[in-house]
Amino acid sequence: MSLVVSAIGQGLLWAILGLGLFLTFRILNIADMTVEGTFPMGAAVAVTAIVHGYSPLTATIFACLAGMAAGLVTGLLYTKGKIDILLAGILVMTAAYSVNLRIMGKSNTSLLGHSTLLKAKFLAAMPNYFDTVFLGMLVIAIITIILVFFLQTDLGQAFIATGDNEKMAKSLGIHTDNMKIMGLMVSNGMVGICGALVSQSNGYADINMGIGTIVIALASIIIGEVAFGELTLNQRLLAVTMGSIIYRLILMAVLQLGFSANDLNLLSSLVLAICMMLPQFRHALHLDRIFTKGVKAHD
Amino acid sequence: MTKPILELKDIVTLVNKGTSNETEILKKLNLTINEGDFITIVGSNGAGKSTLFNVIGGNLPVDDGHILLHGNDITHQTEEERTKFLSRVFQDPKLGTAPRMTVAENMLLAQKRGEKRHLIPRKLKQQMTDFTRIAGIMHNGLEDRMNTATGNLSGGQRQALSFLMATLKRPDIILLDEHTAALDPRTSQNLLNATNERITEDGLTALMITHHLEDALIYGNRLIVLGDGQIKADFKGEEKQQLTAEKLYEYFEA
Repeated sequence: MSLVVSAIGQGLLWAILGLGLFLTFRILNIADMTVEGTFPMGAAVAVTAIVHGYSPLTATIFACLAGMAAGLVTGLLYTKGKIDILLAGILVMTAAYSVNLRIMGKSNTSLLGHSTLLKAKFLAAMPNYFDTVFLGMLVIAIITIILVFFLQTDLGQAFIATGDNEKMAKSLGIHTDNMKIMGLMVSNGMVGICGALVSQSNGYADINMGIGTIVIALASIIIGEVAFGELTLNQRLLAVTMGSIIYRLILMAVLQLGFSANDLNLLSSLVLAICMMLPQFRHALHLDRIFTKGVKAHD
Repeated sequence: MTKPILELKDIVTLVNKGTSNETEILKKLNLTINEGDFITIVGSNGAGKSTLFNVIGGNLPVDDGHILLHGNDITHQTEEERTKFLSRVFQDPKLGTAPRMTVAENMLLAQKRGEKRHLIPRKLKQQMTDFTRIAGIMHNGLEDRMNTATGNLSGGQRQALSFLMATLKRPDIILLDEHTAALDPRTSQNLLNATNERITEDGLTALMITHHLEDALIYGNRLIVLGDGQIKADFKGEEKQQLTAEKLYEYFEA
């Protein structure tokens, strides 16, 4: 039981990463590799700030700002520097590794004996693992509400239009470069927050904790889509969180089969690959009838 | 009536700049567009029709010459800035609308053409009745599909929507780049009629590229033949009415 609660808690925390990537991957239609650098950056900044005596909340906000700064760099390389987005992301991700080492001064920093968001009074009173679940739900709720509001504003609609049809967006006077930079900043800011929270939950920050994050983020998005079918935009945001939780449950189940934690990245990729291929096999295997009763398949 | 809106002066554009393949596309082209003009543009492939539109639209920089709007130099204005006075409809139905957004959402985007987008609620519901009424003008069932993603519309409906979007916020000039060419003959004819109605009734200033000489003759008050990067002929009013397809065809033989 505690394993399931723990998986749900992790799923909720990591869902912030999925939501962040959703903005760029699904709305702007670009694959932003920067997240592999901004996730550990958020962790490095938050842990270093906490160790230096800042409150966990302030430290988390610093992590968000650091992520946004990295997103800004990627955005400028992509829009003004005309560098392909995949390459721009890889450049910033690689550079971030050195920056993260500079921030921490070493490759691993522990939070042992320091305060974290999870040690806040109302969370500390909760039974084991439920603190993470509660914190995750709180943050996800705040972020989802802000995103839902944002996407329904004039600015948000211009943002969506940029990813949907850039040429049209331009012909309507939307500054598409600014929209892309904004999207990359907000997205990576969220990833920074996620890194900050995960490091506080784990109790340490590690320079290599970013490896595989993009796969985890994609898994949340795609599992959500495969599991829930055609949805409205607001529902799709919720589906990402659900996808993230399902992904953690799948991983937990696989680990129970006897795989070790060292196999995690292999398993992550495997789970994602299977989910991405699922739509192709759906028809042949009649999975539609099994999985999505009553939900129309995308044509 | 004959107040100039847009003036193109000695416009030159080059491709393959700085290489041995450097070629002039527009060669010192001069054109004055007057208020209320509905100009049809014909010309063979490579004559520079699309280049002309891209120069006016600002997505192709000019290598020499000036563009004046109401007498003000706008040669160096960006594409985005020019959308304040200019709207376009492209040939490809996919280019004019955002496929995953609904008909109403697309109209809302177009209503704010050229304006800064703020972090304020979009207020779509309040405009639904207006938008539905406007969509009804096209007589092709668009008004019943206001909440459908435009990716699920027929090509004809999408082009009709693109045209509506281009006129939703009154432009000083509207550029129609063969906007009916990708449609079947009947749909194409319906959209052309609707286009003509809207432009003449509202007194819009429009430029329309077409490959159908008959359409070029029927519609508009002015007809321009583009050839080899210059204006070969410019028929206005009476002169245009007396023009025949045979006579026009001669310009393509040279």
